[in-house]
Amino acid sequence: MYDTPNTERTVTRNETKFSARKVQVYYGDTHAIKDVDVDIEDKTVTAFIGPSGCGKSTFLRCLNRMNDTIDVCRVEGDILLDGQDIYDKKVDPVQLRAKVGMVFQKPNPFPKSIYDNIAYGPRIHGLAKNKAELDEIVEKSLRRGAIWNEVKDRLHAPGTGLSGGQQQRLCIARAVATEPEVLLMDEPCSALDPIATSQVEELIDELRTNYSVIIVTHSMQQAARVSQKTAFFHLGNLVEFGETGQIFTNPKDERTESYITGRIG
Amino acid sequence: MTDATLNGSGPGKSSSLTARDARTKRRNASEKRFQAYGMIAIGIGLFFLVVLAFTIIRSGIPAFTKTVVDVEFTITQAEYEAAESELFKTKAYQDLFISKLEAQLQERGLEVDFDADAIERLLGKTGGTIREYYQGNSNMLGEPVRFELAASSRVDGYFNGRVTREGMQDSRFLMKTDLDIVDALHEAGIMKSAFNWNFITGADSGVDNPGGAGIGASVVGSFFMMLVVLLLSLPIGVAASIYLEEFAPQNRFTDLIEVNISNLAAVPSIVFGILGLAVFIQFMHLPQSAPLVGGLVLTLMTLPTIIISTRASLKAVPPSIRDAALGVGASKMQAVFHHVLPLAMPGILTGTIIGLAQALGETAPLLLIGMVGFVARGYPDGIVAGFTDPNSAMPAQIYTWAARADVAFYEKAWGGIIVLLVFLLTMNILAIILRRRFERRW
Repeated sequence: MYDTPNTERTVTRNETKFSARKVQVYYGDTHAIKDVDVDIEDKTVTAFIGPSGCGKSTFLRCLNRMNDTIDVCRVEGDILLDGQDIYDKKVDPVQLRAKVGMVFQKPNPFPKSIYDNIAYGPRIHGLAKNKAELDEIVEKSLRRGAIWNEVKDRLHAPGTGLSGGQQQRLCIARAVATEPEVLLMDEPCSALDPIATSQVEELIDELRTNYSVIIVTHSMQQAARVSQKTAFFHLGNLVEFGETGQIFTNPKDERTESYITGRIG
Repeated sequence: MTDATLNGSGPGKSSSLTARDARTKRRNASEKRFQAYGMIAIGIGLFFLVVLAFTIIRSGIPAFTKTVVDVEFTITQAEYEAAESELFKTKAYQDLFISKLEAQLQERGLEVDFDADAIERLLGKTGGTIREYYQGNSNMLGEPVRFELAASSRVDGYFNGRVTREGMQDSRFLMKTDLDIVDALHEAGIMKSAFNWNFITGADSGVDNPGGAGIGASVVGSFFMMLVVLLLSLPIGVAASIYLEEFAPQNRFTDLIEVNISNLAAVPSIVFGILGLAVFIQFMHLPQSAPLVGGLVLTLMTLPTIIISTRASLKAVPPSIRDAALGVGASKMQAVFHHVLPLAMPGILTGTIIGLAQALGETAPLLLIGMVGFVARGYPDGIVAGFTDPNSAMPAQIYTWAARADVAFYEKAWGGIIVLLVFLLTMNILAIILRRRFERRW
């Protein structure tokens, strides 16, 4: 578990990006998230861990209102992004999602060319005035996604023709192309092999310099490797939230200890 | 308990991999049987398809040929003036024609008795045709002119084997002696088969003139109807499906709509016909027998088919594509129109073409709105003019021909079916080409 070097854990105080208070989520009659209070910092990787069905993905999808697309889903409580309530009636979820990008569990590039995959977001948000600017954004995003060198000669080849790991990095590049402030990642490595996983993990660590990254993962090793903060969810409750090193070496709650030592989950 | 069953029946350690046990044999045999059933089923299907195609082509081909008298002769200025000075002018031209024909046969060493009545039975009123020609083209007097005169449908039948010397009875339409003239003309190479362009371009004829009947007018009618159906049902159907599938809330009301759309797809077409009669003609006073009304009725019929297939193909687009689009900040409408709809397009086109093909072959609703009218008058002006002029449609025309007494119309009906199938095939090929263009290229 500790055979790979953990990221340095300098305890710096970054600004709070997301702040959630008393968040409740219901799917019809099911109470999926109970009373979650959490502050997520800027320029930090925060990992959500916990057994399947504990609500970590649900909570993640609340942060950019992807749950709006599910009819029976109901969210209560306050989630503030830079002090603004994202569930305010005046907030347009489309604008929110441009600020809070998302990468999904399965790589899901559009069935279009690599170039068009990246350019789609900037195009619909009007980020580029002309073709040259768009080209620049595409290159910058692909470089940030650490995939530029692999695809620069075939930008007009289909994005679906890449390998799984490349596709996922393409999706990350697509997410950063709209200049978001927060990146949400829902188990981004669960469909990837170990080599692709380590590439994506390296990338996540680099992304930390510009964004607040929130990653949901099933792999505790991954959480330990990439994150500075870790939140442990269990049965819809946020059981423990703190420095990753502290959670893994000295958990305060016995449920957390049981989970990371493999007794539950 | 579980330990005990492990040592019980079933292949033990000692059984060889090369020797098949009874169970495996039974499974393999049943698989082989199943494949055999499948092959037999496909074989039977293919056999009937071949029989069908053969029957249609064999019975329909005669409709595309006609028997003509192809003869070249010269009428001098003097002969023209003589004929014009007669009291019965067309009669004079007919006599002129007979004498020319007789002369040509004698040249070839054939001797037949001609009489004017026989020629009239075989070729109709030839004198009028010839006179009309020379009145329009008097400069051709003294020059050799080639005439192609259509023979009556009974002569067609004689060449096709439908009318035989033994089976026929003398009538005012055809006498046994006439057949001697036919044989002689045929031997001389004057009477022969030619391609019947009139069948493809012409309009329907009266019940006593099967030779002049054509399907062209109803092809135009069907084309106009398909245009109306396509222009109305595709946008309405696709828009309705997108709304129901992507935007509408899931509640009892939308469930009700959903169930009713499925039910509408199974409603007999004649019901739509009587609805069209009541609403479009009696209530809205749209013109009867018009392709516009036919198209509207068929649109009602086609809409459920298109909606059902469009919804199915929208459902088949993986949700991850929607997530991806929403995730980069696309609005719901952008996600649907930029990503979901293009991926669903091949399926939508398939559904549309199935709906259109159904509509093209529909007869019953057209009978009710009067699209079986006899439309030869004023052709082609009145028909090609547009959507509101009386017209017929191919299946209705075929039905009309099949119902007529004269057997010559029977082969016209088969020929009409060939034209209908060619029309359908063209539509399908067009759809396949379109679908190829929309399909993901990777």
